[in-house]
Amino acid sequence: MKGKNIGWIVLLVLGLIAPFLVYPVLVMKILCFSLFACAFNLLLGYTGLLSFGHAAFLGWAGYTCGYAMKELGLSPELGLLAGTAAAAALGFVFGSLAIRRSGIYFAMVTLALAQLMYFLALQFPFTGGEDGLQGVPRGRLFGLVDLADTMNMYYFVLAVFLGGFWVIDRAIHSPFGQVMKAIRENEPRAISLGYDVDRYKLLAFVLSAALSGLAGATKTLVFQLASLTDVHWHMSGEIVLMTLLGGMGTVFGPIVGATVVVGLQNYGAELGQWVNVLTGVIFVICVLAFRRGIVGELAALIRRSGIRM
Amino acid sequence: MKRFGVGAGSPAQFSFPRVRQDLSDAMSTDFILQTRDLTKEFKGFVAVDKVNLQVRRGSIHALIGPNGAGKTTVFNLLTKFLTPTRGTIHYNGQDITHEKSAQIARRGIVRSFQISAVFPHLSVRDNVRVALQRKLGTTFHFWRSEKSLDVLNERAMELLEAVDLQSFADATTVELPYGRKRALEIATTLALEPEMMLLDEPTQGMGHEDVGRVADLIKRVSANRTVLMVEHNLSVVSHICDTITVLQRGAVLAEGPYEQVSRDPRVLEAYMGTEHV
Repeated sequence: MKGKNIGWIVLLVLGLIAPFLVYPVLVMKILCFSLFACAFNLLLGYTGLLSFGHAAFLGWAGYTCGYAMKELGLSPELGLLAGTAAAAALGFVFGSLAIRRSGIYFAMVTLALAQLMYFLALQFPFTGGEDGLQGVPRGRLFGLVDLADTMNMYYFVLAVFLGGFWVIDRAIHSPFGQVMKAIRENEPRAISLGYDVDRYKLLAFVLSAALSGLAGATKTLVFQLASLTDVHWHMSGEIVLMTLLGGMGTVFGPIVGATVVVGLQNYGAELGQWVNVLTGVIFVICVLAFRRGIVGELAALIRRSGIRM
Repeated sequence: MKRFGVGAGSPAQFSFPRVRQDLSDAMSTDFILQTRDLTKEFKGFVAVDKVNLQVRRGSIHALIGPNGAGKTTVFNLLTKFLTPTRGTIHYNGQDITHEKSAQIARRGIVRSFQISAVFPHLSVRDNVRVALQRKLGTTFHFWRSEKSLDVLNERAMELLEAVDLQSFADATTVELPYGRKRALEIATTLALEPEMMLLDEPTQGMGHEDVGRVADLIKRVSANRTVLMVEHNLSVVSHICDTITVLQRGAVLAEGPYEQVSRDPRVLEAYMGTEHV
């Protein structure tokens, strides 16, 4: 408990001062991916379900938010809400179909559905196809705060991230979270204790999809763009990478993982395509040498040295 | 129970209504669980063959038999982890043949598994609490703090005390020795206050002293409930079980109290070379 409070304080302080130390747009990108990774971790790390289709939620929430703001002229808070709701609805459909299977088949069903959504994004006229939705206005938050200002935008993104992260943290440490963990640990036993595991899995899936959508909608607002990159299966793979690297099944791990991966992509940009090789090498080392991820290994180290977290 | 041979159109038809009455009475009072011609086929291989099982309320009933006799398959059928090919299952006189596993658990039939069924990375206390929390009705509340579950701590500790695990409450379950894990599993099962417990080899893989302890524990917790158990350890069976059903190749070979079954020549033959009697 103590360790978690320290984590929250560090996160808050870092979040508040980061835009003065680093390029704010980069930090916003990191925050969006952190939220995405945390939402993904809710499913993989705490319910034991590996989805390989989470790009669909990120990307389609982005399109929905972008369309709502650019074409319908909605305010940013309603744009985010629309994106989140769209992802939740999509998550309900994906979830209802995928949870009938487990393991690799579950992953394949989610991948197939996400590919279908990618194809639709490519074909529908309102997504802009190859060009994407460009020039999405950031608008005025609640009609008051002008988000075109970078610092205003930054603190809004920080607030969205912290809100989303709080929901995830709470879900993990809730009565529902206990059942999720029980299903992850031993599904047949959870059934034999009278739990209809499919219903719990579905709720976890929808929650994860909705929060991934919140991340995607926020990202569209930051970059004023919704594009095919976010619905591509590369994105579904990248989120697995971030979560594993940071520490699957740890509360803060995905944030660390997202920071490392996004940071690498940014500062390694001069390496060109070689940055992908570098990321690949790091991933292999992570999986082979420290399987608990950065935060998982740190926690184990602290536990071994006898300090109670 | 005796089988009644009622030929079609035979004079026995005369007394038929009375016989029916007896049967249904027996169903609702004497026997908590009854199966009729329970059969499971896997692509032509008959794993369970027309098993008629009758478990008396309040008894400890053992299911024994050589490896591959179909004991665990019967368990899986009773709890619907497998779907029967044919036959019916009645619990308290109600047909539960077509219900889902979780539904059957909520009716009060709670099973354990052959390999220890715990939640390894939850604390020992949380293992029991997961079973207790369902009745709070907040299991879908993802916005509520887990502190709301603390009201269950007292009951959880009582259950842990019942199996002598109170000093391990905060340990991570994976760190417990095997015998303790099995004890925790029983505590978790008891948390649901099941009317009927199905225990799949509760003493399997245990050291000598653990076996005795778990056998005593089963005897103790069976006070107000019915226990059906698969068990290889015949000394456990002979000490605590009231009725024994011997399965062989998916079918019932013999049934009765230990003294009777253990002297049955067919049972001796079935066990010859495969198990020590």
